[in-house]
Amino acid sequence: MTSVLALDPAWWQETFLIKVPIGLLAVLLPAGTIVYLYLFKAISFMQSRLGPMEAGPYGSLQLLAEVGKWLQKEDIFPTKADKFVFAAAPFVVLMSTFLLVVIIPAGPDAMFVNLDAGIYFAMAVSSVSVIGILMAGWASANKYSLLGGIRAAGQLIAYELPLILAVVGVVIQAGTMNMQGIVLAQAEGEILGWGGIGNPFILTQFIGFFIFMVAVQAELTQAPFDMPVAESELVTGYLTEYSGIRFLLFFIGEFASAGVFSAIAAVLFFGGWYIPGIDPANDIFNVIGPLILAGKMMAIAFLIFWFRFTFPRFREDQLQRLAWKFLIPLSLANIALTGVLKVVV
Amino acid sequence: MVTTESEQMAYIAAQAADARVNVEVETDEGMTLNLGPQHPATHGTLRIIAKLDGEKVIAAEPIMGYMHRGYEKLTEVRTYPQVTTLVNRIDWLGSFANEVPFILAAEQLMDVEAPPRAQWIRTVLFELSRIANISLFLGDMAVQVGATTPVFYAFRDREFVLNQIERVTGGRFHPNFDRIGGLKDDLPKGWIEETGTVIGKMRDFCDEMEELVLGNEIFQARTRGIGVIPPEVALSYGLSGANLRASGVDWDIRRDANVGLVYDEVDWKVWTHPDGDSFSRFWVRLQETREACNIIEQLLGGIPAGPIMAKVPRIIKVPAGEAYVATENPLGEMGFYVVSQGDLTPFRVKIRSASFSNMSITPWLLKGVFVPDIISILASLYFILGDIDR
Repeated sequence: MTSVLALDPAWWQETFLIKVPIGLLAVLLPAGTIVYLYLFKAISFMQSRLGPMEAGPYGSLQLLAEVGKWLQKEDIFPTKADKFVFAAAPFVVLMSTFLLVVIIPAGPDAMFVNLDAGIYFAMAVSSVSVIGILMAGWASANKYSLLGGIRAAGQLIAYELPLILAVVGVVIQAGTMNMQGIVLAQAEGEILGWGGIGNPFILTQFIGFFIFMVAVQAELTQAPFDMPVAESELVTGYLTEYSGIRFLLFFIGEFASAGVFSAIAAVLFFGGWYIPGIDPANDIFNVIGPLILAGKMMAIAFLIFWFRFTFPRFREDQLQRLAWKFLIPLSLANIALTGVLKVVV
Repeated sequence: MVTTESEQMAYIAAQAADARVNVEVETDEGMTLNLGPQHPATHGTLRIIAKLDGEKVIAAEPIMGYMHRGYEKLTEVRTYPQVTTLVNRIDWLGSFANEVPFILAAEQLMDVEAPPRAQWIRTVLFELSRIANISLFLGDMAVQVGATTPVFYAFRDREFVLNQIERVTGGRFHPNFDRIGGLKDDLPKGWIEETGTVIGKMRDFCDEMEELVLGNEIFQARTRGIGVIPPEVALSYGLSGANLRASGVDWDIRRDANVGLVYDEVDWKVWTHPDGDSFSRFWVRLQETREACNIIEQLLGGIPAGPIMAKVPRIIKVPAGEAYVATENPLGEMGFYVVSQGDLTPFRVKIRSASFSNMSITPWLLKGVFVPDIISILASLYFILGDIDR
């Protein structure tokens, strides 16, 4: 990353002055954009209302007002709560989001770390959030929280598998687990000998993309898979007892991971920072790459929230049935098909 | 016997503590989940105590009465015209429909009949409040199974109906418009045409709900085969209204025991569904909203001319006697049993409200379902808290 800026800083300068601020920006900016554009505005237009209009032009500063409100609120601990676990849970959830961000490439050199097994790492750390949610559900000493936490654990573990299996198809086709390698494989690929637009994996891995998006929807606990927070049944599930800044952290975690998962989907299926027409080795991608990735990410995030606002909620057993009896067999078939085609073509 | 004030207070406190312990007792098997009285799904202060094994309900018990306002007692110190203000607040979503059975009972006691024009307008307003009430159910049911958007469409389109009710009566929610012997006012100018266009909008709304909610696979997966009430069980628990018709019982007071409203003059149909599950309760209510549109449209074309008030004395004294009149309200059968001893006020009024009887089936119905189904079944039974606790 520092090579982009043509600097040679010491490691602590690199870490604290460059990587941490950029990392915060990379998590919070998409999260804020998603909340404003989709949670405040898109949902309002779908529901034939205006959404926030008073704070700033078209309510664009509403988010700051909300953050200010949450910061001012009292940080309430239930009497019987396990204080330490209760306090730590939101940070565990948020940590998983931050760990995901580090492996997403936003340009040929613009990324935090370039792991050989990048996507493997992503799938591994995305499961960490389950622990945070279980901690929140258990430590709240509230029956609704407990039900929500247990539901979340069952759901996230069930959908981890189709998520990983959907990615396997991409990995087979790209021949690498490196995120940068997956982008380059799409940028330099050819469709039946024609390399005009590269070979975005959405064209061949559309089943994988479908499974990936369904699993992401469930991982993010967005409707129709929002049983862990199910407002009409469990009040707000594992979030019930949280208030003030800790609720805010959960809230940021939810929408930041929506952004991060959308970015991963953009990298895996839509060519990440690459757009056709420019040589992928061109240095300009270090500048426009993040913008291109952000554009693709927002488009995919819209899909997530579109479904969220449209569909009713599954029941827990129906959700498990969908994962184990439909998505996992389908993703296994997808892997087999991809493997056969990889060898034959 | 307790005599002093402190002893009385101690006695009351002990009683209250006892009641609380009895309710909160934890069983050996499973966990007790206390849904309400403050819970987002009960839209009011209903409390359900569910004993759970995992997410499965072993036993569920509804606790009613958190919103008891003592209306039956209050009617004994109100004159007859004043009672309509009270009963407006029973089923607060279809208020005008509450006034009608009480007024009809009082008219029966006084041996007065409203002129035909008043009867027709009453029926139109009655059906308009049905649409205002049930359209909200159609959105709310979707919210309870997790879809947030339809309820906003319901609130948006219900407003058209409320506007029409407001133009006639002056009140969106609590019209207080029905009078013994007729109505307070005549229809305003141009109202009939406007209501025609509103009916068109509500038909579109029904189509939208059918596509958006009823046709949704997840909604069907959540409601089909859930909360099945066989017809004989429905009858034995005293269910009424759409809940009964969704179990396949072909009973509608508007057709079978009509008093004082002009349903005989129009061509309409009673909808039933053989399944008896949550889905069919939604389906029946959707069809009934459409049918109400048909009824109103036919009635609007033929409202007879004439006065809107019969000859009634200025100070209403109801002769001694008893009368029971029930109407097919949006929530089901609503009946008023009025006992008069010839005073300015009723001697006793017993209100038979639909939701109270509809809720009585919940311990039977919720046994063995999952926690999410508690919510969807309660939503499909469709209660209004004011209608449970009078």
